[in-house]
Amino acid sequence: MEAVKTQDVSVNDLSWKIEYHADRCTMCGSCVATCSFKAIEVKTQAQSIVVSTDSQPNPEHRHIARPIITQKASLTDYCRGCGMCEKVCPNNAIRPVRNVDTRQVLLSKDSGPIKRGGRTNLNAQRTLDSIVVGRISQMTDPSLDSARHTFDIRSPLGRVLSPKELPFRLENGKMVMDHKAPPVNWIYPLIFSDMSIGALSTRAWEAVALACAYLNEKCGLPVRMSSGEGGMPVKLMESDYLKYFILQIASGHFGWNRIIKAIPHMVTDPAGVLIKIGQGAKPGDGGLLPAAKVAEHVQAIRGVPKATLSSPPNHQGLYSIEESVQKMHLSLNAAFGFRVPVAIKCAASATSVSVYNNLLRDPYKICGGFFLDGIQGGTGAANEVSLDHTGHPVVSKIRDCYNAAVKQGLQGQIPLYGGGGIGLTGNAAADAFKMICLGANGVFVGKVLIQLLGCVGNEHGRCNSCNTGKCPMGICTQDPRLVKRLDVDKGAQKIVDYVLAFDAELRKLMAPIGNSSLPVGRSDALVSTDKAIADKLGIQYVC
Amino acid sequence: MCRIGSIKSKVPVHPSKALHLMLPQQEGHDNSGFAMVMQDLYGTFANYKDKPLLSMACTQKGNQMVEEYMDAHNFVQLAEWIPIPDKRPGLDIQAMPYYVFRNYDFPEHYNELSEEEKQNLLLDTRLALRKMLEEAGEGFVYSFWPDVLTLKEIGDPRDIATYFHLWDDHGGLMAKNIVVQCRQNTNYDIVRYAAHPFFLQGYTLCANGENTFYTKNKEFQKSLHRGYIGFESDSQCFLYTLHYVLHELKWPINYFKHVITPLPFEEIEEREDKEVLKAIRQSLAHLEINGPNTIIATLPDNRMITCCDSKKLRPVVLGQDENMIAISSEVCGLNEIMPDRDREKDIYPNEREVIVIDNELEVQRWKQ
Repeated sequence: MEAVKTQDVSVNDLSWKIEYHADRCTMCGSCVATCSFKAIEVKTQAQSIVVSTDSQPNPEHRHIARPIITQKASLTDYCRGCGMCEKVCPNNAIRPVRNVDTRQVLLSKDSGPIKRGGRTNLNAQRTLDSIVVGRISQMTDPSLDSARHTFDIRSPLGRVLSPKELPFRLENGKMVMDHKAPPVNWIYPLIFSDMSIGALSTRAWEAVALACAYLNEKCGLPVRMSSGEGGMPVKLMESDYLKYFILQIASGHFGWNRIIKAIPHMVTDPAGVLIKIGQGAKPGDGGLLPAAKVAEHVQAIRGVPKATLSSPPNHQGLYSIEESVQKMHLSLNAAFGFRVPVAIKCAASATSVSVYNNLLRDPYKICGGFFLDGIQGGTGAANEVSLDHTGHPVVSKIRDCYNAAVKQGLQGQIPLYGGGGIGLTGNAAADAFKMICLGANGVFVGKVLIQLLGCVGNEHGRCNSCNTGKCPMGICTQDPRLVKRLDVDKGAQKIVDYVLAFDAELRKLMAPIGNSSLPVGRSDALVSTDKAIADKLGIQYVC
Repeated sequence: MCRIGSIKSKVPVHPSKALHLMLPQQEGHDNSGFAMVMQDLYGTFANYKDKPLLSMACTQKGNQMVEEYMDAHNFVQLAEWIPIPDKRPGLDIQAMPYYVFRNYDFPEHYNELSEEEKQNLLLDTRLALRKMLEEAGEGFVYSFWPDVLTLKEIGDPRDIATYFHLWDDHGGLMAKNIVVQCRQNTNYDIVRYAAHPFFLQGYTLCANGENTFYTKNKEFQKSLHRGYIGFESDSQCFLYTLHYVLHELKWPINYFKHVITPLPFEEIEEREDKEVLKAIRQSLAHLEINGPNTIIATLPDNRMITCCDSKKLRPVVLGQDENMIAISSEVCGLNEIMPDRDREKDIYPNEREVIVIDNELEVQRWKQ
């Protein structure tokens, strides 16, 4: 008997088990070649089989040595359930199966806390699914025709003044602007969220950017894309396409050396600047780009050596909300001549309302948007404990912020954008619409986009290996062999098609409540089948 | 769906004229009430045009409470009309015990006040009276303003008119401007305050439609002005927006329509004044209306306006002759009171149009 210790790892300790049918296997080797995690290997197996090759039964017992595919019993090279083996197998001979008896989380801490990508596996509850659009125009007023009527689907990005603060002057009975007001861009209420070049492969980032540009130029939808922390290619910054991008600055300030040097050469303004204070997937934690993903081009854009890039949890030198307004908001506004709205992104938190109140009351009127990222948001890399055990759902928090503004008569002055789990179950339009009715001006999505590119990760522990640099889909990796798996044009097309369907579905939701403008804060359009949710959000409970 | 109407006349008219305007349209309303606001009064109140007129319906105790309040605040009573009702059996009316229409002189020491301060005093007095009677459950205060009279009641408008002798054309109650509606409203509770027209500081408004942005409007308006209260009807929001744009922001009337039914962004971008229009749209996003609506309103200087929602989902028509202009949800109303008018001059305003009628009955119309 082989010497086995009880502490040895076996395949049954892992989260995914490979189901392999040797009888169907043609030994083509595709599965082994494609597995970027090296979780399977070819082994020779001694087999005792009975065969009969004559025309009459003539059983014969043989001992043979046969090549087969086996799963490694390893806590480093383990199966993530991505299913690439199944995808490439011509004969349905292999696939990963979820192992309910897994002990992997328990056993995997030999080299410190578990790190992974994706999003929370524990808090995937769906508040939005117990809410339905229940106030339908039936005889009180006519429903609109989603195909025939025109719909004005735009959201502000920028600091909106109260009507009494508008710098109007009367001139011959007409009002004219006496002086500049803070810049406000009216954009599509769906923002492509911040995923950096680095977290994403160049091809994946390019596919998202391509989709964004196509939606603007060919479809007339002013969708904006946030660069993510880590800068942008200089050529793009010096092109006319910059107007579709929101430049992000996070605590590592990665990429900003190049951005600042590019400013004098910019032919147009970016759509906005987004100060990232935190993100929903790992609130209170800084950005993390593992060394494996810091490829040459990433080093070039960010101006860093090949090393794990950790952004600090805070922007250095910022101690308070007021300071952030005075230092970062003002300086970034000044950098672009006060022509570009500067917004802020925070992880949703029990403190979000206080932050929003402070921003609303800031005397400089300088914050152009409040992005709240909920616990169901995604990340390229984080500690699993952060992903699963820190954060705050975004739905009630957006509502709380909106209600706080209503209480002061300041609703709409700092546009609210919600993200983190939007489109979790596939329909981002329904999620967005409900968020808007609850008070959001728009939503931002990230994970949906990479899922459209081919990402198979989910909130049930599938894949979620964005941190490894071994993304089997070529999306979250800088390995050129893996990146080649991603077709940029096809990926962009998937995103474009999805957004066009999103737009049509948004109309399909606006039409029955009789609205041609976005029903921001129209909570009366929603009802909930869950009493607790209805009470919390201040909408009608129905059953 | 409501039907609404208004009359603006060079010569004072009786309320019966307004009733005749509305009754042919009764298929469109449910005859559940009658409400009108009269401005530029003649008859009993002709000599007190600059003195605030209180319109209320109350109990005896309510009347007493109001008298005590007004005495305590040094308002001096001038003219008064307390209708002696026709209480013949069978009338469909849920009458209050007393209807009081009473002129007051300003307290002496208030004569030094500016016009604006006087306006605020009148508003605050009305709000205080309303609150007092509401809390006590003793009555309803509709308006307190010079040269403005409001009458609202629940029941069949024909019977209400009989009850108040409005068919008699007795000369005591006439005005050059009447805004009227023959339904108690509403999709919500039957509350006297919910019947339009509504009145606030010289602005009168009634609306035919459904304000689908009611919640948004209401949540925003509550913090804009102390007079924006009640919200018993979703149509009150239109009055408050009209008041806010013209009275509080002091913007020219051209901009009212840009607030309630802003142009689509694509059209704004093509305009010379796009910066102003965008600023209005973003700062007053919560005052947009987005359902089917027609609005008829009277301004403090007695000009009358009408406009529709941005898809023209509710009808309105304006007819005119030498001495009178009437606005009505349906043309049959105009045919009843102005059968001989030149029908080719009738105006059916479109979804982007605003119509303003001045006191010389000149009609101004423009596209927003």
